[in-house]
Amino acid sequence: MSVAADILNVLRGDPQADRVVPPTGHTAWLTLFTSGAMAFLAVFALALSLATDRLAERWSSELARSATVRISAPAGQEEAQLRAALRVLEETPGIASARVLEDSEQRALLEPWFGPDLPIDALPIPRMIDVIEDDAGYDAEGLRLRLTAEAPGAVLDDHTRWRRPLVEAASRLRTLGVVSILLIGLATAAMITLAAQASLAANAQVIRVLRLVGARDVYIARAFVRRFTLRALSGAAVGTVLGAVAIALLPRASAEGGFLTGLGFQGLHWLWPLAIPPLAAIVAFWSTRIAAFRSLRELM
Amino acid sequence: MIELDDVSYNYGGGELLSGISLTLPPGSFHFLTGPSGAGKTTFLKLCYGDLLPTGGRVSAFGKDMRDMDRDDIARLRRRVGVVHQDCAFLDHLSVEDNVALPLTVSGRDPQGEEANLNELLAWVGLSAQARSFPPELSGGERQRAALARAVIMAPEIIIADEPTGNIDWEMSLRLLTLLVELNRMGKTILIATHDLNLIRTAKQQVQARVLRIRNRDLQLAGADL
Repeated sequence: MSVAADILNVLRGDPQADRVVPPTGHTAWLTLFTSGAMAFLAVFALALSLATDRLAERWSSELARSATVRISAPAGQEEAQLRAALRVLEETPGIASARVLEDSEQRALLEPWFGPDLPIDALPIPRMIDVIEDDAGYDAEGLRLRLTAEAPGAVLDDHTRWRRPLVEAASRLRTLGVVSILLIGLATAAMITLAAQASLAANAQVIRVLRLVGARDVYIARAFVRRFTLRALSGAAVGTVLGAVAIALLPRASAEGGFLTGLGFQGLHWLWPLAIPPLAAIVAFWSTRIAAFRSLRELM
Repeated sequence: MIELDDVSYNYGGGELLSGISLTLPPGSFHFLTGPSGAGKTTFLKLCYGDLLPTGGRVSAFGKDMRDMDRDDIARLRRRVGVVHQDCAFLDHLSVEDNVALPLTVSGRDPQGEEANLNELLAWVGLSAQARSFPPELSGGERQRAALARAVIMAPEIIIADEPTGNIDWEMSLRLLTLLVELNRMGKTILIATHDLNLIRTAKQQVQARVLRIRNRDLQLAGADL
């Protein structure tokens, strides 16, 4: 509560208090630049985390519920085996629906690989059954055994084989994104602490005079804290805007483009980067405050 | 107001002051004298909490300085006006802002006390220099500005460290007159100086006592001055 009030006070400012510490030159620009650069990087780390989060979510939810039964049998038996497999699937508890893919659907699936002119009728393409499981799920091993018995040409593919490593990779990427954001935050704190210490050291004589005329530590600290908080806030705001623009200008993810171009924000996720400048300000507030009080304690 | 009880101080290379006991009663006028390096500035710093004694105790307004936290020390300095040897101005602020600095840092609005400020600047004869910057002032003007800053908070005690150190006799007398006026208004005054003429002149105007630091000890000088 008092910290919030403190931060508000700092932002509102006191023009008198501002003037007691002489303005500084290039260090101000360095602080602005660094916090801007950090915010820019944070936007990308955030986009990465959110995109991989989305990806992992989609893969695990969409793919987990579906499986495919593929039937490759000699031409004469195909239809019989397809019906046998469907029968098995309908009798298996835990399966919500089983549907034979139409020729046109299969053609659409193959089109990206072989082009639109594929003479699908002339090719020995296996028939596919799209299987959707219900909430309870089914026993994959048991289903496999029964399918082998009823329709020897049917192969159940429940996607776990390739889904699991992808989901793992996606959540690992998300963790990396979160770790990057934390590292960016810590680096910002370290940078602001160094800049604040340099500024406090450069103004040691001013601080001494202020103490001698009866200034409390909190008053002196506030003059520095306000500066660095505002610098970090405005630098981060610029960096965030530039980062968000860069993300918005990334090529759109298309249906065929797959997941690589899916990096970016969607819908309400665009609000997340808005948190970066205030967070940078909070980091700057605390690092400067701690640095200021530490160096003030060395004075009488 | 300020009491020292068996106070000693050393900077690490042997004791500079030892076994000093003194009480500054309200409304008193004291000079502190002694050779250079005898510890006059150190003694004054002990009085306004810039140094803590290495032995004994110092109390101000009834409170032991050892028990004061940093904010208490800050508040003490608002009640004790100090004219520092080097004046200790902020060179990037105008004379007016420097004089008003104690008001600013204690959260009072100098704009609201502009009349006081102008009156004070007129009293020390610096109205014309109000908007100048400290480096543009002469030695005497700096000392008078420092005195104005020391009294702007209406302190009960005024401590001055060699206020006439770098200025000519006429200016010294002017400064002394200001300090004597403050004493007549009831302020407690403590001035460190090695200027014996100044002390003699002051003695004709006020009931001043002279303290001398000799051999690490503080003695009350007699009528020999």
